Amino acid sequence: MSDNGIDVGLIKPILEEFRDQKGAVIPILQHTQELYGYLPEDAMQEISKRSGISISQLYGVATFYSQFNLEPRGKHIIQVCDGTACHVKGAPKLVAAVEDEFNLKAGGSDPEFEYTLEIVYCLGSCGLAPIALVDGQVYGNTTADSLVENIKEVEK
Amino acid sequence: MPVLKNISELNDFRKQAKAQLSDREDNKLTIILGMGTCGIAAGANQVADAVRSELKKHKIDAEIVNVGCIGMCHNEPLLDIQQPGQPRITYKNVKPAMVGKIIEKHLLNGEFSKRWIYGQLPARDGTTVEGIPTYAELPFYGKQVRIALKNCGIIDPESIEEYLVSGGYGGLEKALFQMTPDEVIEEMKDSGLRGRGGAGFLTGLKWEFCRKAKNTPKYLICNADEGDPGAFMDRSVLEGDPHALLEGMIIAAYAIGATEGYIYCRAEYPLAIERLKIAIKQAYTFGLLGNNILGSKVVFNLKIKEGAGAFVCGEETALIASIEGKRGEPRPRPPYPAVAGLWGKPTNVNNVKSFAIASQIMMNGADWFNHIGTKKSTGTAVFALTGKIKNTGLIEVPMGITLREIIYDIGGGVPNKKEFKAVQTGGPLGGCLPAEALDTPVDFDSLTAAGATMGSGGMIVVDQDTCMVELARYFLTFASAESCGKCVPCRIGGQRLLEVLTKITNGEGTLADLDEIERISKYMQEGSLCALGQLTPGPVLASLKFFREEYEAHVTEKFCEAGVCEGMFTYEIDPDPCTGCGLCAKACPTEAITGEKKEPHVIDQSTCIQCGACYDVCNFGAVLVKRKHELTVIEPI
Repeated sequence: MSDNGIDVGLIKPILEEFRDQKGAVIPILQHTQELYGYLPEDAMQEISKRSGISISQLYGVATFYSQFNLEPRGKHIIQVCDGTACHVKGAPKLVAAVEDEFNLKAGGSDPEFEYTLEIVYCLGSCGLAPIALVDGQVYGNTTADSLVENIKEVEK
Repeated sequence: MPVLKNISELNDFRKQAKAQLSDREDNKLTIILGMGTCGIAAGANQVADAVRSELKKHKIDAEIVNVGCIGMCHNEPLLDIQQPGQPRITYKNVKPAMVGKIIEKHLLNGEFSKRWIYGQLPARDGTTVEGIPTYAELPFYGKQVRIALKNCGIIDPESIEEYLVSGGYGGLEKALFQMTPDEVIEEMKDSGLRGRGGAGFLTGLKWEFCRKAKNTPKYLICNADEGDPGAFMDRSVLEGDPHALLEGMIIAAYAIGATEGYIYCRAEYPLAIERLKIAIKQAYTFGLLGNNILGSKVVFNLKIKEGAGAFVCGEETALIASIEGKRGEPRPRPPYPAVAGLWGKPTNVNNVKSFAIASQIMMNGADWFNHIGTKKSTGTAVFALTGKIKNTGLIEVPMGITLREIIYDIGGGVPNKKEFKAVQTGGPLGGCLPAEALDTPVDFDSLTAAGATMGSGGMIVVDQDTCMVELARYFLTFASAESCGKCVPCRIGGQRLLEVLTKITNGEGTLADLDEIERISKYMQEGSLCALGQLTPGPVLASLKFFREEYEAHVTEKFCEAGVCEGMFTYEIDPDPCTGCGLCAKACPTEAITGEKKEPHVIDQSTCIQCGACYDVCNFGAVLVKRKHELTVIEPI
């Protein structure tokens, strides 16, 4: 356990798995994020210490790719696609509705960390635009009302 | 099944698979479900559950086969029923509640619920059912020529046997055992295939450069980082026909002399990655990957690399940096990857479709391919047809077809009686074309000459309700956020363009801003390091060229005719078409609309918040978008 309550021991097997692979920074970070839901600073320090990859390189990669989060995320992840097809079919209205209903801003979480709203670009189901994901479940042809409804249902 | 050690073992295996599949078609009831990401998004899993429980209820023995996307997103979820020796009949827009009725009627009573049927695929011996159109007779498919998408939605992507029966790995067999690597490259050059990732460079020539490079080992990379919002054709191939990609890659590896390969796939495509993993495992099991492929001396090992969300990684040098575990920043070329790519070694990068098509070219020959399409753009183009269009979906058409044929004949035109406004091709780095350009032939050079690009194949249709200025601003939001920041013209230029466009859509623009757009764009095009920066101004320049009046209305009159830019328009009800149905009044959140039943309604401008709810619900086109100052003044009586 680190001072911030993070069990950094969990990282060891990840590093073992990728020990002999060249250029494995991205998969190491992906697996670490899967573990904690985000990339805690203590975990980054631990990876650097054990693998010898400099902390600046780790953060350089982590901040470059949109998949990585340096902050904790909410219990439920809402992703609204704002790819071109979804955009012209009203994705901005979905974003506004979710922001209003759950008291958060796109890219962030509500104060209780119940929900995180992310805008993503193209999930490749443009034929069913606009598309949204709630905890990985895909909803096609959504409206502001149906999306809010779907999010509320997840709680149950 | 052991490793296949030579061609005759491959052919025996294929024969055996064919016998099994024919046996199923002739003797077994098969239910086929479209299980691509789009099918699942439309509810295919719930339909599958309903199918299982209905079959159980009626004690019907049937094989359930999951296939990838056949391209008809607008008709998803799809359910096909194939009775022994009969054609495959497709039901469209299937809801779980419909499944019971379909099965009862079709399987127990031998009747067809025609209004739910889309069409039929003839049985192996050509048998069809009367009164139901075949796919070839339907406008959506009639004009298509499917090469890259040949098997998508037809075969089970998780079955290597079905791929073999469709003729799969026949191209590889020919390349490995009847041709030298140089002959393979010549064949590819003769085919005229141009890279389907967007740039349109001759694939055969690219292979030749890498083959000629002296350094070893050589690497082969498949670019499956389909980041263009509005494009999903690569996903469809990965999900629907992963072996086609593998076959193309093994052929390319043989031609180039590459021993190791990577498929760089977006992490946003989990199903594609899952199906690729299954296909790769099968290929290793049967000796189609690894050492001594099909008993030859050829060695090729293949891995999947998952991207981590960066649009710029579609650029080949950035993609290579990403595989090396670095920030995905492009670098200047030369040296080209063919000389110094991954880990500094010769590397060849091609798009998913290029590989899938390459295996077909090997199978059928260069002459077959270069007789399809136009002289300089041979073969077919795959488009993701989306936006304000009736038949959304994935289509593959011969190069040279016109935009009009695609949008109206295949796509069915713009729905809801709205007017066509523009078509955007090439995604956020492409360009848009207006109605006047609808007769432009679709090929690499004609589209570029007209002011758009082929890109990776997104085709988004917009109607009168889309503001071209806001759309350009949207593309810039995307492109500038995805700039890696390495070179100044792209990093600052994109930001500045976005600021100018935001100013205009906020109603604060001036005529000088339009010149400013052109000035910044020029510097970005000339000075940026990679295609991302060079092409970022494309959409805004194209829309400024074709829709200048709309830009001018925004800056001089502060008017947005599409009714999109906040505060730059208002609504008014035209009393003539208004029937007084009251739908608008019900929809209005501020109770700004009043009127007697069956009498024209009126909007109170002081309480209207321009949310557009009335505009969206009106079935008679009676709600009009107006300039704020040109409202009809009603004289007091």
